[in-house]
Amino acid sequence: MTTEAVSAPVRARRARRTVWGIMRRDLRAMLSLSYLALLVFVAIFAAKIAPYSPIEQNVAELLLPPSSAHWLGTDDLGRDVLSRLIWGAPNSLYASTFAVGVAVAIGVPIGLLIGFIGGWLDEIVSRFIDALLSFPPIVLAIAVTGVLGISLTNAMFSVGIVFAPVLARLVRAQTLIVKQAVYVDAARAFGASIPQIIVRHIVPNAIQPVIVQVTLMLAIALLAEASLSFLALGVQPPEASWGGMLARAYNYIETAPAQMYTPGFAILLTALAFNALGESLRAALDPTMKRR
Amino acid sequence: MSFYALIGRRLLQFIPIVVFATFVVFALLQFVPGDPAVTLAGDYASKERIEEIRKLFGFDRPLIEQYAIWLWHAVQGNLGTSLLSSSPVVDLIAQRMPNTILIALYALLISAVVGVPLGILAATKVGSRIDAFVTSIASLGVALPSFWLAILLVITFSLNWHLFPATGATPFFSDPAGAIKHATLPAIALATAVIAELARQVRSALIEVLNSQYIRTLRAKGLGPIEILWKHGLRNISVTLLTLIGLQVNRLLSGAVVIEAVFAIPGAGSLVAYSAINKDFPVVQGVVLVFVVMVIVINLLVDILNALLDPRVVQQ
Repeated sequence: MTTEAVSAPVRARRARRTVWGIMRRDLRAMLSLSYLALLVFVAIFAAKIAPYSPIEQNVAELLLPPSSAHWLGTDDLGRDVLSRLIWGAPNSLYASTFAVGVAVAIGVPIGLLIGFIGGWLDEIVSRFIDALLSFPPIVLAIAVTGVLGISLTNAMFSVGIVFAPVLARLVRAQTLIVKQAVYVDAARAFGASIPQIIVRHIVPNAIQPVIVQVTLMLAIALLAEASLSFLALGVQPPEASWGGMLARAYNYIETAPAQMYTPGFAILLTALAFNALGESLRAALDPTMKRR
Repeated sequence: MSFYALIGRRLLQFIPIVVFATFVVFALLQFVPGDPAVTLAGDYASKERIEEIRKLFGFDRPLIEQYAIWLWHAVQGNLGTSLLSSSPVVDLIAQRMPNTILIALYALLISAVVGVPLGILAATKVGSRIDAFVTSIASLGVALPSFWLAILLVITFSLNWHLFPATGATPFFSDPAGAIKHATLPAIALATAVIAELARQVRSALIEVLNSQYIRTLRAKGLGPIEILWKHGLRNISVTLLTLIGLQVNRLLSGAVVIEAVFAIPGAGSLVAYSAINKDFPVVQGVVLVFVVMVIVINLLVDILNALLDPRVVQQ
């Protein structure tokens, strides 16, 4: 029991050290991390960084081209595009982390439970998961949002519900593998309780693929938020969001096409950064990839 | 196991999925705040009308019974009436579904024609510049917001070059050429993420096959690389490929919602978004039901086709 209790955290620490070692030498991972850190900084200090209010309208300055006063011009209500772009960052980051948080909070415990207990419970819940995974994700999210009432939080809660079965299935598969390991048998033989086994052995060993999946999910959640905000089902006006900015600008596509570029690039770059970080984490955490 | 027994077993396995999925669709309405009968009756409904609806849908009965009533209606093609237009939900969906199916099929075709060869190319030249190129294109495609790409396509091909119409749709059977022309930009925007996904998955599946023992044996036997690829490599991933393509239907229907909004296509996707915003719940419920049934049926067909293609599946 004592050797087991010590070895799991030690192993985890050692793994973390080497993972960080690999990540540090990975240019793609470092670039994505730096970009995301910058984005988080911008999101936290949006009020200080943004040159203008993101919602204050100015009828004297409608759809202006970029100038020294408005670096990215103004939109159809005379609002500063750069300021709205900056204020889109906290909304997007909040939305994607909230959705993935909901998915983790629902999916991980269910995956652990059905993987660990197995039997008919697993049988039934797994079929339910299959059923949920048959829904086109955005369509289900739109339906749930419409039903719960249109707001960003409801929209991202819906996206989280749609993502949860993916995590549940992943955690279930990992739990099934770890459950059969010899050291889990040993721990059980030494009288460890089920919660103890789950917390000490299953979770640390099942967590790695979950971390990768969660990072990749942040990108999908970000794109989902952008899509829903584009459809007016996500971030509600006058609040700024990148998807919503694109929807507005699309109405003025012939008079001010330049407004179409920056919000799209912001979404693309952020999704790319989450994806790249996820792929790098996968490579760093996968023992077979390390040897190559 | 015989082929028919296999199909029978697959059908049986799909029953619980269909039951759960339809139950989720049914349950959607239960989460609408307030009395479902009042919601369904619409604004300014009389008390009698609300009672009539309560009786019709059995809202005063246990949940399971309500579900059975709802499912029975749905199987008969009765999905209720729209709160906004008061026309039957089935009619609305039937009017709009062809437009969605056209762009989804068109996008699927583009994805298969572009994505699969890209994946094969990358897998046969692992570590080369071509491989690096395909891998980066795939990463870009997955992260690209499809509706933004759609807008950029409109700017380039409609507004600047006047090659394709920017909005709308033409019924396929009255004017096929016009329909294809209208559907081209939406299909490209919709296909991008699927191309990326297919290229990625085909690449990794083929790399695994090409690294396997028996391919090494074939190579040692003196078989040429092209023969190995066509006769053994691709044949081995054909089952994976079919499954992968089946899984993309989900993604295509999701993407169609946003793409139809960009191109103002009167399809089922734009219908569900519009209805959700306007609280037309029967329509939302109807579209979600049709979509999920489509996905489940297509995956069932893929399963059966897999069994036809791969004798190993039958043996299992």
